[in-house]
Amino acid sequence: MSGLLHFEDFEVGQVISLGIYPVTAEEIREFAREFDPQDFHLEERAGEASILGGYSASGWHVCSMLMRMMADGWLNMTASLGSNSVPEVKWLRPVLAGETLSGILTIASKRVSSKRPEMGIFQCFSELFNEEGEKKAEMTAIVFMRVKAAC
Amino acid sequence: MLGLFLDEIVDGLAVDLGSYHFTREAVLKFARKFDPQPFHLSDEAGLAGPFGRLSASGWHTAAGWMKCYVTTNEAARAKLRAAGKRLPEVGPSPGFTNLKWLKPVYPGDVVGYRCTVTSKRELASRPQWGLVFSLNEGFNQHEELVYSFEGKVMNAC
Repeated sequence: MSGLLHFEDFEVGQVISLGIYPVTAEEIREFAREFDPQDFHLEERAGEASILGGYSASGWHVCSMLMRMMADGWLNMTASLGSNSVPEVKWLRPVLAGETLSGILTIASKRVSSKRPEMGIFQCFSELFNEEGEKKAEMTAIVFMRVKAAC
Repeated sequence: MLGLFLDEIVDGLAVDLGSYHFTREAVLKFARKFDPQPFHLSDEAGLAGPFGRLSASGWHTAAGWMKCYVTTNEAARAKLRAAGKRLPEVGPSPGFTNLKWLKPVYPGDVVGYRCTVTSKRELASRPQWGLVFSLNEGFNQHEELVYSFEGKVMNAC
């Protein structure tokens, strides 16, 4: 476990790059079939004709993409202990097939759990953008992480 | 929502959305694709991890709610359509607040979801649309509350 980063290794205000996520029509359709089978997420034409104005991913798919980016870009290098809550998500603009998302995460606050001194609690603010820099989504999430001093 | 126009939706309206079965296969498939943290990927890491056992990604629990919501919504719309009622366009959601994963969801669990309307308002910026606010909850087969969030969805007036 010594190679993993811990609660003490991250500072408030620190910005972590979450890398990129290419959004494909195929993946949009697959997620929609399994979890959000509304016409505008199942078929390109229905998406283009809808209020969303294009073939877009389910908002829950966007959250799942961000989760993958957080796991690859941050959490899997740490002694993460999961999460119990997401105070807010904003789906600001539709995430469209063919776009490549990039993400950044900012540590908004940190404290050690009063009940469990071996566990630290971060509040993280994540943002997803397309190639043009348009912001697509924001997420405020809680992340638990092991405290090194307690190891 | 549910094929209803904004003025047909009343505060307190509660809808049973049905349930989603978190099979071991589905839990692992979702985690490999979207949430490859060790404690979601194997029994061994699950045992050593924060949830004591292999557990489903919280976003899988969230996606299971959406599956149940859409299925319920589509069934309600089909019924009203068959009765000859004019249906509103389905609106998008601008986001949600206060999502809580209250207990882990384990392979084999069946989570039943419920949606309760808490308030609604017309949108000043879009005259033909309103916003409906709801409390959404998921209960496992032991009737333990495992999941909740406060949703909002645009609904045609």
